[in-house]
Amino acid sequence: MTTMANSMRSGPDERGHFGIFGGRYVAETLMPLILDLEQAYKDAKEDPAFHAEVENLNTHYTGRPSPLYFAERLTEELGGAKIYFKRDELNHTGSHKINNCLGQILLAKRMGKTRIIAETGAGQHGVATATVCARFGLPCVVYMGATDVERQKPNVFRMKLLGAEIVPVTAGAGTLKDAMNEALRDWVTNVEDTYYLIGTAAGPHPYPEMVRDFQSVIGKELREQMLEAEGRLPDALVASVGGGSNAIGMFHPFLDDPEVKIYGVEAGGRGLEGEEHCASLNAGKPGVLHGNRTFLLQDDDGQILEGHSISAGLDYPGIGPEHSWLKDIGRVEYVPVMDTEALEAFQLLTRVEGIIPALEPAHALAHVAKLAPQMGKDKILVMNLCGRGDKDVFAVGEMLGFNL
Amino acid sequence: MTETRIDRRFKDCADAGRPALVTFITAGDPDLTTSQAVLEALPAAGADVIELGMPFSDPMAEGIPIQIATQRALKAGQTMAHTLQMVRDFRKKDGTTPIVLMGYYNPIYVRDPKKFVIEAKDAGVDGLIIVDIPPEADDELCIPAVEAGLNFVRLATPTTDDKRLPAVLANTSGFVYYVSVTGITGSAIADTGRVATAVNRIKGHTKLPVAVGFGVKTADQAAEIGKASDGVVVGSVLVNAIKESLDETGAATDKTVSAVTSLVADLASGVARARQA
Repeated sequence: MTTMANSMRSGPDERGHFGIFGGRYVAETLMPLILDLEQAYKDAKEDPAFHAEVENLNTHYTGRPSPLYFAERLTEELGGAKIYFKRDELNHTGSHKINNCLGQILLAKRMGKTRIIAETGAGQHGVATATVCARFGLPCVVYMGATDVERQKPNVFRMKLLGAEIVPVTAGAGTLKDAMNEALRDWVTNVEDTYYLIGTAAGPHPYPEMVRDFQSVIGKELREQMLEAEGRLPDALVASVGGGSNAIGMFHPFLDDPEVKIYGVEAGGRGLEGEEHCASLNAGKPGVLHGNRTFLLQDDDGQILEGHSISAGLDYPGIGPEHSWLKDIGRVEYVPVMDTEALEAFQLLTRVEGIIPALEPAHALAHVAKLAPQMGKDKILVMNLCGRGDKDVFAVGEMLGFNL
Repeated sequence: MTETRIDRRFKDCADAGRPALVTFITAGDPDLTTSQAVLEALPAAGADVIELGMPFSDPMAEGIPIQIATQRALKAGQTMAHTLQMVRDFRKKDGTTPIVLMGYYNPIYVRDPKKFVIEAKDAGVDGLIIVDIPPEADDELCIPAVEAGLNFVRLATPTTDDKRLPAVLANTSGFVYYVSVTGITGSAIADTGRVATAVNRIKGHTKLPVAVGFGVKTADQAAEIGKASDGVVVGSVLVNAIKESLDETGAATDKTVSAVTSLVADLASGVARARQA
């Protein structure tokens, strides 16, 4: 057993690695840009004015801190641990994605970039990016898989209202992976003026670190709020993972507290036996895609598989590299939740607490429903309620047989 | 490193007073048998160096033509084992034309890079161009490749400034592939004057031949680009020729091989006159 002298919060190393994961695997055209970005982020991190600006926007534009809410009725219903929600679904734009977008757009402005591109799955990151672009007056192009354009129509319309150009991507299965390929192709073509605003804690270094840092506001607030509410740290944290930005933001400030158990919930889709899931940590193996080494769903020849999830935000065959490392060292336990379980949890929370969650945190909730009853009533569990479900109402209505 | 097939071929072309014609095809496109026939027909048609694309599901730096060629190959069942076998079979008939495998890192990573480079060398491969592994990660693949006797050919781009060039060139051998525009493969061709300036800039840092690619589609363009460079790379236009030759079901026809070879012959006439006034 190693001592705590080695913090689990010190990564990545100077080459962007978390253990063997992470790194910078991009085309030469992009390398100088990645190195510039790394330097610009280093400088910004050391500039108190940058932090002050982020904080100011977090408070007055996003509405932070987000509440820590004790879910009394759900706690009674499940009959075990006390359940709290970190309510990032109450943020402006309806999810945690805005935390990262504000930080990165300020960085883009510092770097003198005049055009913003982004990829999006569920459209939450696309909406958040389009929002900050409207706020700062920058043109915005969002790449979105054609399948996702179809199943997340409300978000597509929101992005258009916000002035963004939406480019549907028909390659592959038309989901997040394909959108990311196309965004990278745009970036490699428009290197002079364009800033690529990645929404998840993946991609080449320094993105995983940068996105984590901007999202860590979730875990930092939670720590303070929990100490105030209960006088101690929680016993367990639960968050859903697609690329893993909300989860790493919640987990990171607690990594060095061994008494806090941490669970990441992957999209189990229609089950882990076949290929219709997105559980890259439970059913994938290490590989290199989209600029980083991480667990990927792939065949024996190294071709990336498409995966499947009911939730567009989790429908990605990879995962942020820091999660791969946290799995590897055993600090975080990653569990799969099936489409059907997420759909049940979606309805449970709506009925019992009057909160309609997005399908992404509905996955986390399905695991909470399994975990809480196994824990004593004196235990405390916190789930990151990272997005609201307005965007999913039509799709869920269809699945439940309502004609909307 | 001892002299390789790539070194010899560029020297021969230089002695003949012309740039080398470097041709790209995707291995297994549109099917393994046809692709093998195209590969074996390339040298006689005028290809000096062959880049053989290893299909990957997510070719981030490719434009539509090579993306679609990749999908055709994967759909037809192409694997890395097939691609290496193609080179082995080619070598039974041709001992001098260099073959460079081009592609992305993941299909190599899952096979174990150290084993892969030995397997590739053994199959008769001469060099590697791996798009998404920069010099910062040389210890993973580039160094093992060089130790196995393969040339590791690096891409230099308009964003590779003088400060960065030495790092890019440090472990590069065989030739330098200058990507003449920022963008994906098959983009619009760059202005020739700018290409000449860029090639001279690179030559200020290395004695290696510099081949130029991205956007060359005609014999005239090949002649133009070849004035300033040691090699002209053509790719998207060749895989497009394959596509055009297919029947309505996407299957190869008796025109597929000749569609490529006649185009290569035409492009070869372009490089042949590149240095003539």
